[in-house]
Amino acid sequence: MNLDFTEEQEILREAARDFLAKEFPKKLVREIEEDPIGFRPDIWQKMAQLGWIGLIIPEEYGGSGGNFMDLVVVLEEMGRACLIALFFSTVVCTFPVLDAGNEEQKRDLLPKIANGGAIFALALTEPSARYDAVGIATKAVANNNGYVINGTKLFIHDAQVADYFLCATRTDLSLSPEESVTLFIIDAKSEGIRITPLHTIADDKQNEINFNNTIVPRGNVLGEVNRGWPVVIRLLEQAAIAKCAEMIGGADWTVENTIAYAKERVQYGRPIGSFQIIQHYLAEMWTETNHAKRLIYYATWLMEQGLPCASEVAMAKAWMSDVYRRCTRVGVQIHGGIGTTRDHDMGLYYRRARQAACLFGDADFWRERVAREIGL
Amino acid sequence: MDFKFTSEQEALRREFEEFCKEEAKRAPEGWGGGMQAEATDEGWAYHRSVVEKAAKKGWLCLPWPKEYGGQGHGLIEQTIFNEVTAYYKVPAVPLHFMTVAAGILEYGTEEQKKEWLPRMARAEIDWAELLSEPDAGSDLASLKTQAVADGDDYVINGQKVWTSGGHHADHVFVLARTDTDVTKRHRGLTFFINKVGSGIEFRPLIFMNRSHMYNETFISDFHVPKQNIVGRVNQGWYVMMAGRNFARANIGVAAGAKRDLEELIEYCRKTRVNGESLASNPLVRQRLAELAIEIEAARQFAYHVSWLQGKGQDVAAEAGACGYFSLELSLRLANTAVEIMGLYGTVTQSSSWAPLYGKFQDQCQWCAGYTIAGGATEIRKNVIAWQGLKLPRV
Repeated sequence: MNLDFTEEQEILREAARDFLAKEFPKKLVREIEEDPIGFRPDIWQKMAQLGWIGLIIPEEYGGSGGNFMDLVVVLEEMGRACLIALFFSTVVCTFPVLDAGNEEQKRDLLPKIANGGAIFALALTEPSARYDAVGIATKAVANNNGYVINGTKLFIHDAQVADYFLCATRTDLSLSPEESVTLFIIDAKSEGIRITPLHTIADDKQNEINFNNTIVPRGNVLGEVNRGWPVVIRLLEQAAIAKCAEMIGGADWTVENTIAYAKERVQYGRPIGSFQIIQHYLAEMWTETNHAKRLIYYATWLMEQGLPCASEVAMAKAWMSDVYRRCTRVGVQIHGGIGTTRDHDMGLYYRRARQAACLFGDADFWRERVAREIGL
Repeated sequence: MDFKFTSEQEALRREFEEFCKEEAKRAPEGWGGGMQAEATDEGWAYHRSVVEKAAKKGWLCLPWPKEYGGQGHGLIEQTIFNEVTAYYKVPAVPLHFMTVAAGILEYGTEEQKKEWLPRMARAEIDWAELLSEPDAGSDLASLKTQAVADGDDYVINGQKVWTSGGHHADHVFVLARTDTDVTKRHRGLTFFINKVGSGIEFRPLIFMNRSHMYNETFISDFHVPKQNIVGRVNQGWYVMMAGRNFARANIGVAAGAKRDLEELIEYCRKTRVNGESLASNPLVRQRLAELAIEIEAARQFAYHVSWLQGKGQDVAAEAGACGYFSLELSLRLANTAVEIMGLYGTVTQSSSWAPLYGKFQDQCQWCAGYTIAGGATEIRKNVIAWQGLKLPRV
C-alpha cells in the first residue's frame, strides 16, 4: 500500500500549476466565457509540447505513455484554475479510440491528437439529456457510400472548434438500444453539419449539432457496428472520473480561498474566521472534500489496474457532484455579498460546480447505479 | 498510488475473518456489538470470552513493540483488525485498552511497561476511564478532581461521570488536578492508574434506552501509590493525548455501519409495503445508495489517516474529520433505517414484532451519544479548524 502520489506526479502537478497560473489566468477564463470560439491555439500547442494532450496515449502512438492517475493530477490542476479548454473533450475522446479503435485508426488519429493537430468533441448527448442508450435517437443508415447520419446532438462541448466528432448513433431500430449503438468518428468539415452555441450557467462552450444527411465513410466506424454501447459505458466511467478530478481541483481552490478570506475579512472587530459557525462550515468543507478525494483516487487506481470499478466510479461521481455543489455554495456564503458578483472568482466556481455535477451522469444517476451494485 | 495490501496483510485479514466468523456464531441472540457488552450480563460474558481468545493470539497488542509482548505490526494491520472485528461485531479489544497502553508506552517507566503491558496483553485488566466530570465535559481541562501527595501515595477526591463499563472494571485510570492553580488548566493535571479499591464508588447512570453502560463515579480518599503515576506530575494531559493519538484512524464505525446497511438492504428486499418491495422504491434506493457511498468514503479515509500516521505525520485534523464524519454517519444510518421501517422501526427488541431485534431504534439512541462521547462533533470540528486550517482561536 502506498497512498501518496509518486514523485513524478508531484513534479507534474507543480509544473501544471505553474503553467496554468502563467498561461491561463482567470482573466483569460473570463475572456473565453464571453468569446464565441474560445480557442487559444498558442496555449493548445504549448500543452501538446508539454505532452499533456497525449498524456494517456502510449509512446508507440506518439503519446507520453502516462497512466490514469497522471491524468487525474493534470485535471485537478485544470479544475483548480477553472480552465475552459478543449483539453477535457479531446482526452475523453481518446479513451474510446484506445479501447475500441482498430490499428489503422490508432496510427492515424493518436499521433495527431498528441501533437495538438486533432481536436475532438464528444457528440454523445441529445435533447433527451440522458446518459443511457435509450436517450440516443440520432440515426445512421448504411448506403453504398458509407453511412448517412441524421439527428441532433445537444450539450456538446467544444464542437465549435473540433476537427472531429466522436458520435454515438443508432444503427438498427429493430434491436434494443443497448444492442444497436454504433460509434463514428466524423470529420467536422463534412457536409450537412450545423453547429449552434448553447449558453449555460458555466458558459463552457457547449453546442447543439444538427446532422442533416451527413455522409460518413465505413472506415470511420469506431469499434464494431451495433456494439458501441459497451464502449460508451466504459467511456462514461472514464469521463466521470476525469470530471471528478477537475471538480476536486475546484473544491480545493474553494476551500483554500475561503479559508484565506475568512482570516482576512474583519467584522465586529475580528476576523470572521474566528467565529465558530464559520470555522465549522470550513471544517465540513475540508472534511467532505478530503473524503471525496479518497473515493476518486481509489476508483482511479482500480480503473488503472483494470479491476472491476463500476460501483466505485459511481460512488465517486455521485458524492463529488454533491460535495462540490455544497462546498461552493458555502464558499459563496462565507464570502458574503462580494462572492455573488460576476467579477469575483467564487461565483465562477459556484457556476462551474453546478455544471459539472450534471455532466456524465448526475448524483441521482450514479446513486441509482450504486443501488443496483449493493443488491437493491 | 497503490491501494493493494501486501500478501501478509491479506493473510492476516483472512485469519481475522475466520476467527470473527466463528466467534460471531456464539453471540447472544440479537447481539449488535458495541455497548451491549457492558449493558447485559450475557453480553459481558460473551465479550470476556472472545477477548481472552483474541489475547491468546496476541491480537490485543498488534502494533506494540515485541519486547512488551506486542506483535510489532504497523497501523495498517491494526486498522485491518479493527475493520474486521467491527464488521463482524466481535468484541475483540477491551474498552480504553489502547488509551492506557499508548500512555504507558510513550510516557511510562521501563518498570511500568514491564508491570502493566504484559498483563494487559493477556486481557487480565478491564479499565474504567475517569476523565469527564459534571462540570468538565467538552472543556475537560477545567476538571476539579484533586490529587494530594501523602507519603508514598496520592490521595484523590472528586466526582467523575460517563464512566463507561465502570461496573465491570477492576482497574481505573484517573486524570486529576495536582496543581490547585486552576489557571494552569491542562498543565496542572496528572495521570494515575490503579486497581479499583476503597474510595471508588460507581453508581449507574442509565442511558435513554434503559441500558446500564455509563456510571457516575464518586471518589473519596482513593489512595494511589506514586509509582502508578504515568509520566510526570502535572504532565497528565499529554499522557492522555498520547493515548488518544496512538491509532487515530477510526474505521470501526464505518465497518459496523457497512454491516448494518447490508442488513437493512436485506430487510428492504424482503419487505413489501402497499404491495411493492421496499427495495424498488426510488427514494429508498437513493437514500441507501447515499449511505453506502458515505460508508465507503469513511472507510477509505480511515486507511488514509492510518497511512499518514504511519509515516509520522501529525494527523490531529484528519482524525477529527475521520471521527466526526463516521459517527455522524452512523447516526444518520440508524435514523434513516427507523424512518424506512416506519412504525415497525420503533418497536423494541422486547417484542416479536420488532424487525432485526429492534436494532435500529436501539442504535438511534446509542449513536446520539457517540457524537458526543470522546469529543463532540463540534469539538472535533474545532480541532480541524484550529490545528488543520489554522483559523484564529478566540
